[in-house]
Amino acid sequence: MALVALSSDTTRPQADVAAACAHCGAPVVGKVDDGKPAFCCSGCAGANALIKGLGLERYYSLRDASAPTPADTDTADWREFVQPGKDGACQVEFLVEGMHCAACLWLIEQALRAQPGVQQARLSASTRRLTLSWKGAAGRVNDLAGIVSRLGYRCLALTADAAEKIGNAEERDLLRAMAVAGFAAANIMLLSVSVWSGHVGEMGFATRDLFHAISALIAIPAIAYAGRPFYRSAFAVLRQGRTNMDVPITIGVTLAVAVSLAEMLRSGPHAYFDAAVTLLFFLLVGRYLDLRARGFARRTAQRLVAWTAKPVSVLTETGIMQRPAHLVAVGDCVLVAAGERVPVDGTVIEGHSALDASLINGETLPQPVESGANVFAGAINLEAPLTLRVTAVGSATLLGEIARLMEAAEQGRDRYVRLAERVARWYAPVVHVTALLSFVGWIFIGDADWRSAMLIAAAVLIITCPCALALAVPVVQVVASSRLMRRGILLKSATALERAAPIDTIVFDKTGTLTLGQPRLLADDAGDAGSLRLAAALAARSRHPLCKSLLAACDDVAPADGVEELPGQGLRLAVPDGEIRLGHARFAGVDTQPADGYSELWLTRPGHAARRFRFADTLRSDAAAVVDGLRRAGFRLAILSGDHAMAVSAVAARLGITDWQAGIDPRGKASAIAALKQQGRHVLMVGDGLNDAVALAQADASLSPSSGLDIAQNAADAVFQGEKLAAVPEFLAVARRSRSLAQQNLALALVYNLFAVPLAIAGMVTPLIAAIAMSSSSILVVGNALRLDLGRRKEAS
Amino acid sequence: MTILLFLIPAALGLGLLGMFGFLWALKAGQMDDLEGAGRRVLFDDADAELRERSK
Repeated sequence: MALVALSSDTTRPQADVAAACAHCGAPVVGKVDDGKPAFCCSGCAGANALIKGLGLERYYSLRDASAPTPADTDTADWREFVQPGKDGACQVEFLVEGMHCAACLWLIEQALRAQPGVQQARLSASTRRLTLSWKGAAGRVNDLAGIVSRLGYRCLALTADAAEKIGNAEERDLLRAMAVAGFAAANIMLLSVSVWSGHVGEMGFATRDLFHAISALIAIPAIAYAGRPFYRSAFAVLRQGRTNMDVPITIGVTLAVAVSLAEMLRSGPHAYFDAAVTLLFFLLVGRYLDLRARGFARRTAQRLVAWTAKPVSVLTETGIMQRPAHLVAVGDCVLVAAGERVPVDGTVIEGHSALDASLINGETLPQPVESGANVFAGAINLEAPLTLRVTAVGSATLLGEIARLMEAAEQGRDRYVRLAERVARWYAPVVHVTALLSFVGWIFIGDADWRSAMLIAAAVLIITCPCALALAVPVVQVVASSRLMRRGILLKSATALERAAPIDTIVFDKTGTLTLGQPRLLADDAGDAGSLRLAAALAARSRHPLCKSLLAACDDVAPADGVEELPGQGLRLAVPDGEIRLGHARFAGVDTQPADGYSELWLTRPGHAARRFRFADTLRSDAAAVVDGLRRAGFRLAILSGDHAMAVSAVAARLGITDWQAGIDPRGKASAIAALKQQGRHVLMVGDGLNDAVALAQADASLSPSSGLDIAQNAADAVFQGEKLAAVPEFLAVARRSRSLAQQNLALALVYNLFAVPLAIAGMVTPLIAAIAMSSSSILVVGNALRLDLGRRKEAS
Repeated sequence: MTILLFLIPAALGLGLLGMFGFLWALKAGQMDDLEGAGRRVLFDDADAELRERSK
């Protein structure tokens, strides 16, 4: 996205030159009046008028990038989705696509709130969910949704998903438990510190017992409440006859509280309430962060299906009916207006248009379709209305299948066992055995009474409980993700860094990933200025991507008058001695078949030889250097692209990547990745399209550029901003560095145990020593993790 | 040591106040969109003004 002139009233010095649209920033052709804002299309002019009419001009100074171009037509019927809200109001929830900055959020909310009767319009930046409620007729929903689409965003239907609700409830549950544990930990620590200082000074026994009693009063309900996530998981695992880290946590906390309670009742000097509660608090923090990270993945698949959830225009005997997508049956006839997304898989029975199928197959150029062609849900109909015979709906469509595959791939990734978990697996039994042995040992060998033996066992459990262990990995992750964030890489998955550390193979998508995804006129074709200018004058009348780039290649061209566009074929202009045609070879009357895989346009005119314009997608500016660096670092590199072989081989040759495959569908990409994994390789996938989404979810780790599709960004572990591909090596370097730091941290935590456990077994650990040991080991681990950032600062200076 | 009779309840009371405040905020949905809340800070609120205008 290019930065454009942001203010709507910017005066433009030259008229007649391609200026930037005052709304969306696309080049404007034709006459531009001095001092008046210019617009590239009526959609943008409409959006701008709407914004001005509502007094929301501030949007243009708030935003940080160009606004989306409003769709030409959007005639959806949303009445089915309206639900009764509070006090007889109507309520509806949408998913809003196309939002990218704070200004978008502001504009949509303000524009809707300015409508009479609207009570609530709230858009969530993290979930992109718009909650809208208003007084009045349910039918007004179409006007309100229309406002959003006139501003250039798209409303998608949101089906309440049971799994998501459970996930949200779980997140809130953990937050509540965290709040309670935090409160209890702080207050008990306050009392405990007094008790510890009292041991040295001269606190009376009565005061100490009072403090212990108050601690117990706070700790017992708090632990009963806040520990539930651990108890539940521990019981579930024990019932299956296995053990996990939650088992020693549960036993340790319960035992510590029970022993402390007994100590308090016989007015003993030591109680472990503080240790038990603080432990729970830290563990809950780790668990909450983890769950939040997983929430991203959970929402991905749902969003995919939402693409097609818009009402569908069905052709029936009584006329055109609007129906929700799930009520459309195979065999129905469906109308798809120009500018609309195809809602079902089907066969064209009437109409002639071009489809943007980049969502499905990654092809950058529109595909012409006519009667008999198969079209897939998710493609955008660009030029003229189409009538389809439905062959598949909902989850049976190709798009639905992609969603299913992605879900399956993501579940596979959820099964990834983290380093910390692997350690926990053997750590938990060792802890149990040690505690049990010290209990038995003190009774039989040490000749202690069972009460003090129990106290020692509890101390062993508390000391070994994984405070440093629980922090060892998450802290490294937090430092690593903030470092990546400053480099413009947004880390989305909690386990991504760990999965990325052993990567030895990198698979790139071509279009939009290695390249910028926009065709450009090849320089050697621009030599003959006369025909180029003529072609550009014709092209100015079309919104086809190749025409746009032809126009971009030469400045100050006035669009020709009387140009006729034939959907899916080209443009023609009648001149006195014949016809000028600009379009594909057959349309222009040239017999030559494309020999080299370049995208092309042909220009024919009476009395001149046919002229060919070739276009190629340009590589990211640092692609060659980055690819070269990665190859020298020993990575195996490959390209998997949905584009045709010629285009892919050209890019592969320029980058020196020998391993490439072209023309692969989404499923093919995923299975290629799976095959690589089968060979024991660790694969990083870098891609930007829906056709990459399954592969992104399938790979060990994945990256997506922020220019990519929402869905690809959601499927990827990390999203990088900017035009540079250098984010890839940076991501891998940070991953490797954080793996080694995490390992060091685990080692530190274990060394600490090596010293502390013998002390605990010897019965020399008091609550004070336990608290000091716990916090010092945690500080050590955190300090070590911060070194990740120190390294960076040195590098920078 | 009678001062403890005031100080401890006061400390606990303040702590409880904070905890219930947080639980209330959680229930009222203030933690639902942390990203959006961060961005909303940047808008000087035009709501009131706009409602005026639309009336």
